[in-house]
Amino acid sequence: MIVKQHAEAAQEFIKDEARTDWHDETLWFVRHKRDKAVNTLPEWESLREWASQIKNHTLSNLDHYLKNFEERAISNGIIVHWASDAEEHNRIIHKIIADNKIDKIVKSKSMLTEECHLNDYLKSRGVKILDTDLGEYIVQLREESPSHIVLPAIHLKRQDVSATFHEHLKTEEGNFDPQYLASTARHHLRERFVESELAITGVNFAIAETGSFVVCTNEGNADMGVHAADIHIACMGIEKLIPKTEHLGVFLRLLARSATGQPITTYSSHFNKPRQGQQMHVVIVDNGRSRQLGRPDFRNSLKCIRCAACFNTCPVYRRSGGHSYHSTVAGPIGSILNPNLDMKANSDLPFASTLCGSCTNVCPVKIDIHDQLWKWRQQIVANGYVTSGKKAGMNGMAWVLSNPKLYRLSGTIVRWVMRKFPLVVNNRLNVWYKQREMPAAPEKSFRDWFKENQET
Amino acid sequence: MSSRELILKAVAENKPDLTALPEMDLSLTIRYANKIEQFIDKLKSAGATTCHQDSKLVLQNDLTEVKAQGKFIIDLLDIPHSKDWGDLHASQLESLDTCYLRAELGVAENGAMWISEKQMSNRLIPFICQHLVIVINEENIVNTMHEAYQRIETTADGFGVFIAGPSKTADIEQNLVIGAHGSRSLRVYVMGAVS
Repeated sequence: MIVKQHAEAAQEFIKDEARTDWHDETLWFVRHKRDKAVNTLPEWESLREWASQIKNHTLSNLDHYLKNFEERAISNGIIVHWASDAEEHNRIIHKIIADNKIDKIVKSKSMLTEECHLNDYLKSRGVKILDTDLGEYIVQLREESPSHIVLPAIHLKRQDVSATFHEHLKTEEGNFDPQYLASTARHHLRERFVESELAITGVNFAIAETGSFVVCTNEGNADMGVHAADIHIACMGIEKLIPKTEHLGVFLRLLARSATGQPITTYSSHFNKPRQGQQMHVVIVDNGRSRQLGRPDFRNSLKCIRCAACFNTCPVYRRSGGHSYHSTVAGPIGSILNPNLDMKANSDLPFASTLCGSCTNVCPVKIDIHDQLWKWRQQIVANGYVTSGKKAGMNGMAWVLSNPKLYRLSGTIVRWVMRKFPLVVNNRLNVWYKQREMPAAPEKSFRDWFKENQET
Repeated sequence: MSSRELILKAVAENKPDLTALPEMDLSLTIRYANKIEQFIDKLKSAGATTCHQDSKLVLQNDLTEVKAQGKFIIDLLDIPHSKDWGDLHASQLESLDTCYLRAELGVAENGAMWISEKQMSNRLIPFICQHLVIVINEENIVNTMHEAYQRIETTADGFGVFIAGPSKTADIEQNLVIGAHGSRSLRVYVMGAVS
C-alpha cells in the first residue's frame, strides 16, 4: 500500500473547505475549554513542573520501577506479560484468547493496541474484537482508523455517523440527532457488554509501589466490559509507570483538563486485584520505547500522557486532519514519536509543523515538542530521508544566506523580477503560490532603506 | 534471553542519569472558601443533579417513590448490612434500574467521589445501573485530588473508582450526550451535619 505523505494527504483533506473550517474551529473550541479549565487553578504551572519531574525521575529509574510494579502486581494476583514488540504483544493476547476458547471480546480505547494493529492481527486469525468507545466504534464500522487519540471520530460529521449507523444498525435514514444515534449505539453495545467473555483495556497510569493501574473514561465502556467479562487484559507501554499513588493526584488533575477541559473524567477506575474468579492480565510493551529512551534529544517524549492538547492547539493538525499523519498517534506528539518507530516512513512528519511552539506551551508534562520536531528534521536530513528537491533547495538557500554579497544581489534580482514579471512566481509551479497571493515586492531592501535614512 | 530480560536490560542501558522526585509543596494548591458549594457546582456542570437542603428527607422520599415503581433497585446504603450482590452476573444485572450507594469521599475541585469495592458489593453495579444515586457526607468533601489520595486507601480493596457524573460522550460532532455506556443519570445527596 502506498502511504501518502502528510502534505499530499492534507491537500486531499482541505478540498472540502467548509469541513476543514469546521474541523479547525471545533478543535480550537476544545483548546479554549482547556484554557478555561486551566485558568481556574493558580497552581497549574507547579502541577506541570511536578508532573514533568515525576516523569523524568521515573524514566531515570525505569527498570527498577518496572520490576517493582511487576512484583506487586503478581502478588495482587495479576498475570504479567512482557512484549518486546507489537508482534509479541499481539501473539500474547491471541494466545490468551485461544487458550480460553473465547469468541466474544470487547475493547475500550487503547492507543497501544492501535499502534500494534491488534485488531487486524486477530481478524486475520478469525478473531473479532468490538471497539466500544463510541468514537472508535464508529470508525471501526467504517473500517477507518481513529484520527485523534482522544476524539477518534473528530473527522466525521453527524451525517456520516448517521449513514454508517443506518447501514449497520438500521437507524432511521436521515436522522442526524446525536442523542438518537448515541442511544442506539448504547442499546446495541449493552448486549455485547453483557455477553462479553474477555475485555481489553489500555492503561493510563501504572503505579509501581502498589502494582495497580488506573483507566480513565467518560463513557464507562472500559468498566462495563471489564466487570462483565471473566478475563481482563490491560495493555501498557513501559512509559505508563509512575512511582507512587500520591502522584495520581498530580496526573489526574492535569489529564482531563488538558484533554477536554473537564476537571476530571467521569470514571477514574483503580484496578488492584482481579475480582473473585476473574483472570487479570497486564501486558507490558516496549515496541521501540527503550530505544527512544536511549536518544537524549528525544527521550522525554516518553513523558507523554496522551491528552492530545498538542493536537488541539496545532494549526497544522487542525487544518490537515489526523489521517494525514498516517500513524496511530498523529499531531505534534506523533510527529516526534513516529520517527523513532520508522524514521524513513515517517520522515515527512517533523516537517508538518510551523514550529510555533504552542504544543510545548500546552503540554501538561512539559515535553519540548517543537524543539524535538526541529531536531528530528536535522536527523532526517542527515540520514538522507528528504526529497532531492528539498535538499537542493536547502543547500542553495544555505549558500545564498551565508554569502552576503550574493544575498544582496539575489534580493535585487528577485524584487525586480517580481515587479516586472510577476507571472514568473505567480504560477502553479511555485508551491508557495498555492492558495495564496505572493506579496508585493518592495522597491528596495530594508538594508538600503536603513542606509539612506541613517545618512540623512 | 526472555523479552522481560531484554526490555529491562535495554531500559537499564538507555536510561538517563538518575534525577530526583520533586518536592511538592501542596500548600500551593487551591483551597476553596466553600468546598461544598464548589463540589455541588462541579457535579451540576458534569450533568448530575444534586440535593443538599433537607437531603435526608428528600432521599427518603426518593427511595420510597422509586421502590414503589416496582423496578429492579439495589440499595447499598447500609453496608455491611445490605444484601450481598457479589455473585450476580451481567445478564442478571442488565435490568438494574437504580442503585443507591455511599461514597467515602468527595473532591471539591472536580466533583469526583471515591467508591471502593466494598461500597458497591459487585464491581459492575455502579456502571450497569440506568440511574445511579450516591450519598455523601459533607464532612468528607476535600479540596483537591492531593487531599483525596491522602485520605483514601486505594488498595484497601481489589477495585475502586472516582465517579464524577453520569456517563457521557461527545464523539458525534462534539455534541454532548449524557448516557453513553454507564449510568444515564447521577443524583447526589450531600448530607449535612444536621440534616
